[in-house]
Amino acid sequence: MDLDFSAADDAFRAEARAWLAGHLPGAPLPSLETAEGFAAHRDWERTLFADRWSVVSWPEEYGGRGASLLRWLIFEEEYYAAGAPGRVSQNGINLLAPTLFEHGTPEQCARVLPPMASGEVIWAQAWSEPESGSDLASLRSTAVRSEGGWRVSGQKTWSSRAAFADRAFGLFRSDPDADQPHHGLTYLMFPLDAEGVTVRPIGRLDGKPAFAEIFLDEVFVPDADVIGEPGQGWRVAMSTAGNERGLTLRSPGRFTAAADRLTALWHSAADPSDTALRDRVADAVIGARAYQLFAYAAASRLAAGGSIGAESSLNKVFWSELDIALHETALDLLGPYGDLADDADEAPAHGGWTEGYVFSLAGPIYAGTNEIQRDIIAERLLGLPKGRR
Amino acid sequence: MRFLLDAEQRDFARSLDAMLTAAGTPDVVRSWAAGDTGPGRALWNRLAEAGVFALGIPERYDGLGALPVELGLAFVELGRHAVPGPLAETVAAAALLDRLGDATTAAAWLPGIAAGKVVASVCLLSPDSPYALDADAADAVFVVEGDTLRLAEAHGPVQRSLDPARRPARPLGGTVLARGPAVAAAAAHAAEVAALTTAAQALGLGRALLDRTVEHVRTRRQFGVAIGSFQAVRHRLADTLIALEFTQPLLLAAALAMERGDAGCGREVAAAKVCACEAAYAAARSALQLHGALGYTEEPDLSLWIRKARALRTSWGTPSACRGRVLAP
Repeated sequence: MDLDFSAADDAFRAEARAWLAGHLPGAPLPSLETAEGFAAHRDWERTLFADRWSVVSWPEEYGGRGASLLRWLIFEEEYYAAGAPGRVSQNGINLLAPTLFEHGTPEQCARVLPPMASGEVIWAQAWSEPESGSDLASLRSTAVRSEGGWRVSGQKTWSSRAAFADRAFGLFRSDPDADQPHHGLTYLMFPLDAEGVTVRPIGRLDGKPAFAEIFLDEVFVPDADVIGEPGQGWRVAMSTAGNERGLTLRSPGRFTAAADRLTALWHSAADPSDTALRDRVADAVIGARAYQLFAYAAASRLAAGGSIGAESSLNKVFWSELDIALHETALDLLGPYGDLADDADEAPAHGGWTEGYVFSLAGPIYAGTNEIQRDIIAERLLGLPKGRR
Repeated sequence: MRFLLDAEQRDFARSLDAMLTAAGTPDVVRSWAAGDTGPGRALWNRLAEAGVFALGIPERYDGLGALPVELGLAFVELGRHAVPGPLAETVAAAALLDRLGDATTAAAWLPGIAAGKVVASVCLLSPDSPYALDADAADAVFVVEGDTLRLAEAHGPVQRSLDPARRPARPLGGTVLARGPAVAAAAAHAAEVAALTTAAQALGLGRALLDRTVEHVRTRRQFGVAIGSFQAVRHRLADTLIALEFTQPLLLAAALAMERGDAGCGREVAAAKVCACEAAYAAARSALQLHGALGYTEEPDLSLWIRKARALRTSWGTPSACRGRVLAP
């Protein structure tokens, strides 16, 4: 057993680092959760894609580099250590793409993946409904058979950045008579500017229009935009749910970079006698390192022919709680400046902490709440009996 | 990179686990706590036969070489079975004597430690560390004070510990074995070995506590159902598992850092120590709470594990000291 990177891995890291150093935007981009910031981040995706850095783990034919999980982890470490922008394409890359790789037709992959990789088409997810959050299988939006496709109606909500995105993917009830709630669902893709679609922005906790609700009124979706078999949508969606919860949604590189920044902030701003705060900084550093090593172990296991299953639920709870604790510590360290928005006149120059904090608060909620993850851990990893939620 | 145990390492851990399961450690722990070290010494010999005490010792002194990863794996199993005795102290003493660089002293002690004939304890004397563990049961108690290494000639009265299987006492007097800067450097290395092996024991202890508690809540019925079907119970145990799962990679990385002699080894060991001991202590609290009044009684074997978790937490580096070390420049 070892933790040594090969010469080729080191060369890959050096190449990524050099490219980032030469291409990073001169100043931080405006918030991803605003129209202006969204457009700026879309441009950045194009820059990444031009040199094959937007989706390093994808096959070359779709714009990637066919990189292993370990190489992807290396790229992410460099990406966040360099302070590179957030990824506006993350919903498509992390959620839809793995589903297409596993269940999509060659035609769908060829049509959907390259424009996703370049940022030309940015995807939003359309899972939740007003009455269906954690209990997703109770969803009510319908897909009704129509000539050459489906007519889709209903309401989706809490859809991240749908106010600015181009297309969306989600689950719809195609067989209302199915014997169980999670049967009779169909996974499909649709344009957010199609006839019958109305998108209404919803302000996030800090007021930014990061969310939207999507109203669908007999929107036509051709058969070509159904992923997998009609009626098999639940199975199709869940087969890659672990991707969202696990490593690929929130890579360790984000947290090791944030922990390094927190440590620097602590050295520059902290009262050395305040060991309570010191302990929280140390816990953030330890947590980020633990997650990094956990990911190296997962990458090693995959490379040796193993697989990752329900343990992605361990990741989800771990990184989401780490993220909040880390940002809370940073805001406490900033004292009177800790509650200033990042765009306030007197916000600390080494800012980004407030936006990061607000973003972190959503972590235990999205991608399957941490309560759902703990249920999965209890049942599938500990073998405890099923219980009432 | 292959951050994965190989088949041989997994087999080694599994065989130790099987041996300790068959040995039935709870009776050994109770005897040790009562001052009867016979069963403990018998088990010690079997551990030596399995190679446990030879893992940190160079081949020229009848050891297997410096193998911190294997040492860590072995100590996870010792913790899983709550094996009593100055385990971390014995391997730390061996590390101290080896690192000292004095062939005569090393040759005098290391072969005996590797063979299990010498049970050693060690005290790196400071206001935070006044005791040698199990000094009354040890064949040799090494004491470092500043730049001086002594072999203690006696010990003060044994202090009762919250974990009755631990028998700390103040080392007294003794003859000087070595003096100088090499002593301080060797002591620093010994402290890291002790912290690493204590962390490993904590991880094993935590896993055993979780396993026992999972078993209990699957079978214990209240309100007509297994209590493991209640969400408050399930979620608490899920959190216990998460903490333990994220400890293991830290422990292995610390062992690898020690193997390579990395400059950052102290930080990695401190991170593993604090994480392992917090996870084990939380596992003990969960075990106690979810066993209810049964967990608060002495007679069930569970009590042996619960009480050790508290003691390991502050042994060889308090949580606060370890966190300070993680951020040390």
